[in-house]
Amino acid sequence: MRADLEIIYDWVPENAHVLDLACGDGALLEALARDKDVSGYGLEIDPDGITRCISRGVSVIEHNLDDGLSSFSANSYDLVIMTQALQALRRPDKMLDEMLRVAEEGIITFPNFAYWRHRVHLGLRGYMPVSKSLPHAWYDTPNIHLSTFNDFEHLCRDKGLMIVDRAVGVGDHRGHWTSRLWPNLFGEIAIFRVRRRS
Amino acid sequence: MPESHRLNDPLPADSVGIITPQVAHFDTPLALACGKVLPDFDLVYETYGSLNAERSNAVLICHALSGHHHAAGYHNDEERKPGWWDAHIGPGKSIDTNHFFVVSLNNLGGCHGSTGPLSHNSDTGRLWGPDFPLVTVSDWVNSQARLADRLGIERWAAAVGGSLGGMQVLQWSMAFPERIANAVVIAATPRLSAQNIAFNEVARQAIRSDPDFHAGWYSEHQTLPKRGLKLARMVGHITYLSEDAMGSKFGRDLRTNDLNFGFDVEFQVESYLRYQGDTFSTTFDANTYLLMTKALDYFDPAARYAGNLPEALAPAQCPFLVVSFTSDWRFPPSRSRELVDALIQAGKPVSYANIDSPYGHDAFLLPDDRYHAVFSAFMQRAAKEAGIMPANDEVTQ
Repeated sequence: MRADLEIIYDWVPENAHVLDLACGDGALLEALARDKDVSGYGLEIDPDGITRCISRGVSVIEHNLDDGLSSFSANSYDLVIMTQALQALRRPDKMLDEMLRVAEEGIITFPNFAYWRHRVHLGLRGYMPVSKSLPHAWYDTPNIHLSTFNDFEHLCRDKGLMIVDRAVGVGDHRGHWTSRLWPNLFGEIAIFRVRRRS
Repeated sequence: MPESHRLNDPLPADSVGIITPQVAHFDTPLALACGKVLPDFDLVYETYGSLNAERSNAVLICHALSGHHHAAGYHNDEERKPGWWDAHIGPGKSIDTNHFFVVSLNNLGGCHGSTGPLSHNSDTGRLWGPDFPLVTVSDWVNSQARLADRLGIERWAAAVGGSLGGMQVLQWSMAFPERIANAVVIAATPRLSAQNIAFNEVARQAIRSDPDFHAGWYSEHQTLPKRGLKLARMVGHITYLSEDAMGSKFGRDLRTNDLNFGFDVEFQVESYLRYQGDTFSTTFDANTYLLMTKALDYFDPAARYAGNLPEALAPAQCPFLVVSFTSDWRFPPSRSRELVDALIQAGKPVSYANIDSPYGHDAFLLPDDRYHAVFSAFMQRAAKEAGIMPANDEVTQ
C-alpha cells in the first residue's frame, strides 16, 4: 500500500462507516474491510480503478468529486477520507466543507508544494517542480490547486476546524524525523486528520 | 447488434452453440397483482452452460420490452443472427458460461412461447387476446421463482437484466432477497418518468387506433394491426438510439440524389425506421406490446412507501452492480444514479459505472471494452464468492 494509505489505515477505527473519495483501486477500503470490519463506499472516476475495486469486492461509485457530495446526507458516515485529490479539485475549500458535513472527521492527503525538492526546482532552477508526488508537466497536470502544509493548516484555522493529527510521507516511506520537525520543508506528502468543532 | 451472416460458416468459438428452447408447464394457479388468477401457464426458456452439483452457479437473465428467451447462441444452422445478448453471454464473455449456468426465459404475456395473448384461454375457448391480464414486474418475478423451483435452483448466483429486465432484477432483490446472491441492473430506472410514460402512451395509441386492431381481437378477424405496431416500434426505436448515433449512422443522407418533393421515403433514416417498424409489426404481437409497456409504466417499488425508495430497498441483501450509458436518454445515467443513491442510503453494497458510449439506450445490448471489463469483474467476483471459480484465478480482460 502507498505510504500515506498505511498511515491512514492506522488512523481508521474499527467498525467505522467510511466514505473514501478518490479511492483509486480500492486497496485501502479492502484492507480496512478485511482487518477492521470497516464498511462504506469508495468514489472514483478512473475506469481502471473502478474495475479493480469491483474485482476486489469494494463498493465503488463512479462519481466526479467536482460535482460535490450532495447525494450524501449529513452525518451519514463516521469518517470521510480523501487521498491525493484535494489539489485536483475546482474548489478544495468547498470540498472540505462537504466532507465535514457528511462526517464529523476527515482525513486528507495531498502533495506538499513546499517540499524542499519542489523549492529547489522552482527557487533555484526556475522550473515548475516535477517529482514522484507531482509527476506531471505544468501543461498536462490535473493538479490545479497546489498548496503547502502551512497553507492547509491556515485554511483549517480559518474554517475553525480542529487538527487532530498530522503526518508526512516522503517517497515510499513514512517521514524522517526532519520531516516531523519541519513538515512544510521536509514533508513530501501532507496527511491531515481534521474534525469539526461541535 | 453485431451483424452475422453465418450461412454455412462455423459457429464462433465464443458462442454457446446451437440451443433448443424448453417449455415448463405449471399447474398451480398464479395470483396476479391485478387480482386475477392464471389457472395454469407455460414458460419457454433456454439454458446455457451447465448447472453444478451444488446448484449454486445459476444466473437468471431478465429480458426487456421486446425481448424473449433467445438470449444467446443459435436455434439452428440457418439462423443468421445469434440471441439478443450474445455479446455478453458465452464462454469467456461477461456472463461466462464456462462457470455459470444461464437461464433465460420469455416472460408471461410474451409472444414467443410463454403463456400470453396468443395462447388458448381454456375458460372461453378462444385465444386470450386482449383478455390476457395486465401482468406486472412482480408477477413476472413470481413466475420466474416458480421456474427456479422447477429447475431446483434455490438461489441465483446472480440475476441480471437491462432496461425492463433491470427492473425485474430489482424486484427479485426486494421480493426474494434470500434467493439472489448478486444483482446486475443495467440501463434501468427505479420508475418511469412522465416522459417515458408519454412515449409508451403514443405507442399504445398508435396500436389501439389502427382499424385492424379490433379492440385486440385482430386474430379472430384474420388480420394484424400492422400499421399501429409499426408506428409504435418507430417511436420506440427513436428513444433507443442517441441523437449522435442516428446522426453518424444516417446524417441527412438521401436515398437518391435529389429531393422528390413528396412523402415517399427520401432520407435514409426514414427508410431505416420504416424497415425496423415493418419487420417488428409482423413478428411481435400487439397485445403483448401493449401489456409490456403497461408493466413498465406501473413499476414503482417506492410507491408503497410514499415514494421512499431506500425504504422499499430495505429488504435487499445482495451486492448490486448498476450500469448506465452516457448517451442513453431513455433511462439516462441520472436515473441509475437515483437508484444507486437510494441503495447507498439503504446501506446496501453497490457499485456503479457510467459507461461512455455513443449508442444510447441500445448500448446495453452491444459489446464495449469498458462495459465488458466492469460487468465481467462483477460476475467473476460473484463466481469466486460462490466458490464456482478459484479465488486467485484472474481472467484476462
